[in-house]
Amino acid sequence: MRLDVVLRVTTKFMLAPLLLFALYVQFHGDYGPGGGFQAGVIAAAAIILYGLINGLGPAQKIVPVGLLEVLIPGGVLIYVGVGIAGMLLGDNFLDYNHLAHDSVHGQEWGVFLVEIGVFLTVFSTMIAIYYAFAGRRRS
Amino acid sequence: MIDAAMIETAVTIILLLLLGAVAIGIVRVRGLFAAVVLLGVYSLLMATLFIVLDAVDVAMTEAAVGAGVSTVFFLGALWLTDTVEAPAKRRQLMPLIVALVTAGALLWGLSDLPQFGSPDQPIHRQGADYLASSLPDTGIPNVVTSVLASYRGFDTLGETTVVFTAGIGILALLRRRRGEGGN
Repeated sequence: MRLDVVLRVTTKFMLAPLLLFALYVQFHGDYGPGGGFQAGVIAAAAIILYGLINGLGPAQKIVPVGLLEVLIPGGVLIYVGVGIAGMLLGDNFLDYNHLAHDSVHGQEWGVFLVEIGVFLTVFSTMIAIYYAFAGRRRS
Repeated sequence: MIDAAMIETAVTIILLLLLGAVAIGIVRVRGLFAAVVLLGVYSLLMATLFIVLDAVDVAMTEAAVGAGVSTVFFLGALWLTDTVEAPAKRRQLMPLIVALVTAGALLWGLSDLPQFGSPDQPIHRQGADYLASSLPDTGIPNVVTSVLASYRGFDTLGETTVVFTAGIGILALLRRRRGEGGN
């Protein structure tokens, strides 16, 4: 499969639009369908597609395993951190009203940051599962 | 004259019939490779059904996870194991009984559900009206996002933690440690 020119060239053309679409789904989630979870899966699918065509090694050069091990807990920590920031500003846990100068802006900021946390965890978990399966030899 | 509601009903029925056919195919087929591909088809049909039901967010997730990434995971798992299902030793009655009882219970429960899309269901008559309050409260027009990330932020934190736990579990079980060599 690694020598298949059609697959390699098509993948090259598809990767950038896929990642761009993931970012669109992430940041346009407030106005249209989508959000952190969907965007994370789409971005991970782009990396997995690259890994399928070019092999595990080149994929791990783009997203190294060490980075994944930081991002998986990092997303949850961002989420919890936003919640605790709300608490420190005098609200309940995960209440975003005081994160900005007025409550509507605070909510927008809170949702934005929380979605980034979801994105990071989902993105890195999907890739970690793919690496785990693809990195093993057949027994 | 054909009106839109009739077309929608027809499309829904066709999709449900196809889903049934694919489900039977998944159960009947012996080659696991074909089963994995059929599972992808099932997810894609399911995503289309979600679009017909106006649940675009769920459709997106189903198409990306069910038809896309999980198919790759299944294929990866198949590559590590075997691609043909082991033949059953003998005909077993117990699974059939369990399936029939479950299906019966679900159908029985179905009779108690309110009419699809009916405005009289309890969920629309009581409690907070998120459709009306989302934009003034949060400035977010997509109510799905505001409910998931703001009003029900705790639930989404729980879901993220579930994904996190899955990731950590997979890393702990399947990751090759440094210096361990091949396998």
